[in-house]
Amino acid sequence: MENNVVLTMRGIDKIFPGVQALNKVDFTLKKGEVHALMGENGAGKSTLIKVLTGVYQKEGGEIHIEGISHPLTNRSPEEAQKNGISTVYQEINLCPNISVAENIFVARQPRTRIGAVNWKKMNKDAEKALKKVGLDINVTKPLGEYSVAIQQMVAIARAIDVQCKVLILDEPTSSLDDSEVKKLFDVMNNLKASGVAIIFVTHFLEQVYEVCDAITVLRNGEFVGEYRIAELPRVQLVAKMLGHDVDDLSSLRKTSKEKNNIQNKDSILKATQLGKAGSIKPFDIEIKRGEVIGLTGLLGSGRSELARLLFCADKPEQGDIVFKAENLNAHAPIDSIKKGMAFLPEDRKEEGIIADLSVRENLMIALQARTGMFKLLPMSKQNELTEKFIKMLKIKTASPETLIKQLSGGNQQKVILGRWLITNPEFLILDEPTRGIDVGTKTEIQKLIVNLAEEGMTIMFISSEIEEMLRTVNRLCVLCDRQKIGELKNDNLSQHDVMTAIAGGV
Amino acid sequence: MKITTWFKTKISGNNFLLFITIAMFILMYIAGLVIYSDQGFGNMQTLMNMLMDNAGLIIAAAGMTIVIITGGIDISIGSVIGLVCMMLAFMMEKMGMGAGASIAIVLIFGIIFGFVQGWLISYLKIQPFIVTLAGMFFCRGLTAMISVNQIAITTNKVFLGMANKNIKIPFGAIVNKRGIKLYPFIHPSVVIALITLIVVWYILKYTKFGRSVFALGGSEQSALLMGLNVRRTKLFAYVLNGFLAALAGFVFCLNTTSGFVEQARGFEMEAIASAVIGGTLLTGGVGTAIGSFFGVLIKAIIETYIRCNGTLSSWWNKIVLSALLCFFIVLQSVFASMRSKHNS
Amino acid sequence: MGTNSNNFRGGFKKLTEMRLFLPIVALILVLLVNIIKTPTFFNVSIQNGVLYGYVIDILNRSCELVILAVGMTLVIATGGIDISVGAVSALAAAICIRMLGSSYDAYAVPMGISILIGLIAGMACGAFNGFLVAKMRIQAMVATLILFTAGRGIAQLISAREIGGKMVPGQIIYVRMESFKAFGGFLPNVVVPTPFFIAAAVVIIAYLFLSKTAFGLYIQATGINSKAGRLVGINSTLITFLCYVICGLTAALAGIISSSRIYSSDANNIGLYMELDAILAVALGGNNMSGGKFSLAGSVIGAITIQALTTSLYAMGVTADQLPVYKAIVVILIVSIQSEELKRWLNSRSKKNATIKVAG
Ligand SMILES: Nc1ncnc2c1ncn2[C@@H]1O[C@H](COP(=O)(O)OP(=O)(O)OP(=O)(O)O)[C@@H](O)[C@H]1O
Ligand SMILES: [Mg+2]
Repeated sequence: MENNVVLTMRGIDKIFPGVQALNKVDFTLKKGEVHALMGENGAGKSTLIKVLTGVYQKEGGEIHIEGISHPLTNRSPEEAQKNGISTVYQEINLCPNISVAENIFVARQPRTRIGAVNWKKMNKDAEKALKKVGLDINVTKPLGEYSVAIQQMVAIARAIDVQCKVLILDEPTSSLDDSEVKKLFDVMNNLKASGVAIIFVTHFLEQVYEVCDAITVLRNGEFVGEYRIAELPRVQLVAKMLGHDVDDLSSLRKTSKEKNNIQNKDSILKATQLGKAGSIKPFDIEIKRGEVIGLTGLLGSGRSELARLLFCADKPEQGDIVFKAENLNAHAPIDSIKKGMAFLPEDRKEEGIIADLSVRENLMIALQARTGMFKLLPMSKQNELTEKFIKMLKIKTASPETLIKQLSGGNQQKVILGRWLITNPEFLILDEPTRGIDVGTKTEIQKLIVNLAEEGMTIMFISSEIEEMLRTVNRLCVLCDRQKIGELKNDNLSQHDVMTAIAGGV
Repeated sequence: MKITTWFKTKISGNNFLLFITIAMFILMYIAGLVIYSDQGFGNMQTLMNMLMDNAGLIIAAAGMTIVIITGGIDISIGSVIGLVCMMLAFMMEKMGMGAGASIAIVLIFGIIFGFVQGWLISYLKIQPFIVTLAGMFFCRGLTAMISVNQIAITTNKVFLGMANKNIKIPFGAIVNKRGIKLYPFIHPSVVIALITLIVVWYILKYTKFGRSVFALGGSEQSALLMGLNVRRTKLFAYVLNGFLAALAGFVFCLNTTSGFVEQARGFEMEAIASAVIGGTLLTGGVGTAIGSFFGVLIKAIIETYIRCNGTLSSWWNKIVLSALLCFFIVLQSVFASMRSKHNS
Repeated sequence: MGTNSNNFRGGFKKLTEMRLFLPIVALILVLLVNIIKTPTFFNVSIQNGVLYGYVIDILNRSCELVILAVGMTLVIATGGIDISVGAVSALAAAICIRMLGSSYDAYAVPMGISILIGLIAGMACGAFNGFLVAKMRIQAMVATLILFTAGRGIAQLISAREIGGKMVPGQIIYVRMESFKAFGGFLPNVVVPTPFFIAAAVVIIAYLFLSKTAFGLYIQATGINSKAGRLVGINSTLITFLCYVICGLTAALAGIISSSRIYSSDANNIGLYMELDAILAVALGGNNMSGGKFSLAGSVIGAITIQALTTSLYAMGVTADQLPVYKAIVVILIVSIQSEELKRWLNSRSKKNATIKVAG
């Protein structure tokens, strides 16, 4: 093996029923480097990682790791861990029922002299491990009581606490906010300095250019190339990933904004003193027809909670909603759906996908529920709509009957989005719709939002990426500490303006 | 106000049900003291009888708790207990074997049986309900194959000695009509049951295996990805459970000193119910051995109520038992939902 | 690449067909053993104006199980289980027979209404279970444990008969109405047993209901991810509740057929251990016990397999006492050949062998 190289993968093949997920993929990782693994949704990044860590068994190819003379095949994640590979998988893979500390120390708990699990030491060590990623929480509480972002940080803390040569991070930043990302990067730099090699998957290009040394690009399960970071400017990287150039978006909002004169439109939704104890303090909000309204604030500021109350995903305890000039007396989401609302939830795995149903069924289910149980949509129509939306959203799936759980993370997200677009709602709430979605599709979704709004759909858009929101929304609601603290009109707002508003100075 | 904040901080999500169960047990005990005071409900011996009558169930429920926490279930244990009783009776009465050897054989049988079931469940990934359902049929059939007639253990002195030995407890004595001080007593079965309970509690709380059981019950997929050997852990859980079922059978046999085909029919359901009442979730990942112990006590106290009410016909007995069970689990569910509302 | 993916599409198609393929293979295997052991197994003749033979016997006797399996499939698909069906069968039968009257001349209620009331009682039991599971969020096995223990007790209370001027519960009540016999026996001038028609009707109605409405989809969504289901507008509480009600209804129907067969109500024995067989039928049909995707046809095949197994074992001279042992072994064999893990293991072995051959 070459000097300084920790890991080589050569000619890796992986086949799933109906798809060749990896086709002769090569990957080389050097000591002390951060290596980005890039590609569109469904390019095969997660699969390559899972082949490496023994979750999947490869059909062909060889893996070599420093310090082991023979070709390595991990048959289970347990083996991979023993061989010095520590991983944070794309979907958070921790156990919600056990405490944070236990999650960090699963299968490697500290023991006392007589061999018993040393709870005191475990909790203390867990606190230490979390401190490294800047987290200070009660480690004895069950993990499930914490937000997705915190769970993600715990997963990271766990991975770096394991002694390893190779650290794999599969889209760790998709549910983190800027300050948390910064902390993560500090940690990564420290590890790098101590010689750990890191594989980093993300769809945020600026993050790649901030921490990575090298990039390997995959496309359609095939190896496109390996580049040093300096050799490959952004535009070219995107071109390599997509196989073609990407449109420029900067003009998007401006042109459409001129066309849309929102102020004169009538209001579609008006909420007064809507609130729920422990979730969000009572707030008022008025949304105009054809408007794109953004919700911004830090994680846990109540943006998702606000949206959930409007849709009745959580039942409000007080206040009224007037929707389309009549009282929306919703008791369950179905009531809101029937009136023409749609809601894409933040937590894809828990609340979005119905894992064991096919792509078609996942796409059709909201429309079916809206139509009613006794009016089954005819198969011909289902197939037609499915085909249409698979094409429109460029969903990468072996067939419409493939189970949604077999799709890549980003493609699952597209299916969930499609599910709501099919119902052709008048008011669409999107909570982090672009999470885990690749650059190409992300711009397409932004375009889609603007276009839908132009056609008269009202959209509420929540995203941690301020830039993305500024490009698409007419107006921003700012939240802080579970309270709506103000609104900003989007004429030439800068990212900085929004940041100060979020920080509390509207 | 103070109480609710204390509630919130002390009782974390998962052991809330356990807390309710213990509180309800105490309440029911006090209620029993008031209502049935004239029937000696307050005697220490009443409590001891509850333990003696349910020693086998305490052990079985502890084993059941382990497999339920892994997300599985074992409905074979009633039949295993029946078979173990029959084996013991047959070996000691018909084959003239010694008590020690017989007991060792049934315990080893339990381990092997647990291993086979566990292997099918963890390595062939067959659903636990089905494997153990087959296990249930298998053991019941085997019991009948050994003997369709009841075999009573009458000759083995060692075994009968173990069964009938009274261990006096040096407190809680009552004075009877003739002025003699009567100390409450227990049989050795209770000692075995309580020791087992403590061991299981320790295993679940303080061993790597125990903690792995919780992790894989929470999410098998995640546990696997975190580098846990899911298969081995599961296999071991069923082996342990098989052993505990056989041990429960032995203790059960100490109480009945006989073997017959229909013995311990439906016992698995009692064990499952005890575990669930004690706060174990059938979806896996949540539960404690102590909780299941209190689950058994709840059942025992309901039975004591019924007994205090005089003799009921067997069907009335069942109806009342299930009505009380129903009342209890509904109340528990109401508490739980009240709390989850309070929290969110 | 092109041929490759084509190949895989073919393989994929095969795999989806496999869902029913294996349960059918299991059934055929059971039957095959019979031909070897009992050459007359497939003989069907007409005796006393009705069809006669082992196969007819299997179909006839499996009817209750088939009916129960339909309800059980739905309940299991929602992620639950109903262990009270046997007791509910007994209860419904007791009520129905009680309505019919217990003496020669006292036909209190016409047959149609008696049966209807029996069925309603079953649905009420189902509703009770459903309420506990869906609304009170009590775990299914424990919620249905209540009726599992109480059901037979109540049935015995209902099965009271006047003995020496006092009503004594827990009696076997005999029917004295010839026409009731037809329910579990034969209609006049029809060679096929009546339960067969009833079971077929239940399966067909269930099939139509599931394939012509979105009910099946809703059940699956509820069983897989009820949180997500709720957000897309599915009332999973109601769906779960309905499934238990349907299950109660099927249990009652099965119980009434059983009581008609024995021409009496026997609270101790009607539907005894039927819950286990029903659950087993669902599992043998290749259904996932933790809910989600389900196959009604699979469960029906599973139910027939169980009865075929029982009948065959009896035909081979196994005694009733030993039956469970053989049944257990065959069940484990059947589910083992359906096991994905075993297939994967065999696959990887054959692949290894192949590569060794290529290398050598
Ligand atoms: N378990 C599976 N069964 C069948 N197909 C699968 C499975 N896992 C992944 N695939 C398929 O393999 C391909 C690659 O998926 P993978 O998850 O590696 O994509 P990815 O690059 O990680 O995408 P994303 O950015 O969306 O996470 C996809 O087409 C996906 O549908
Ligand atoms: Mg991925």
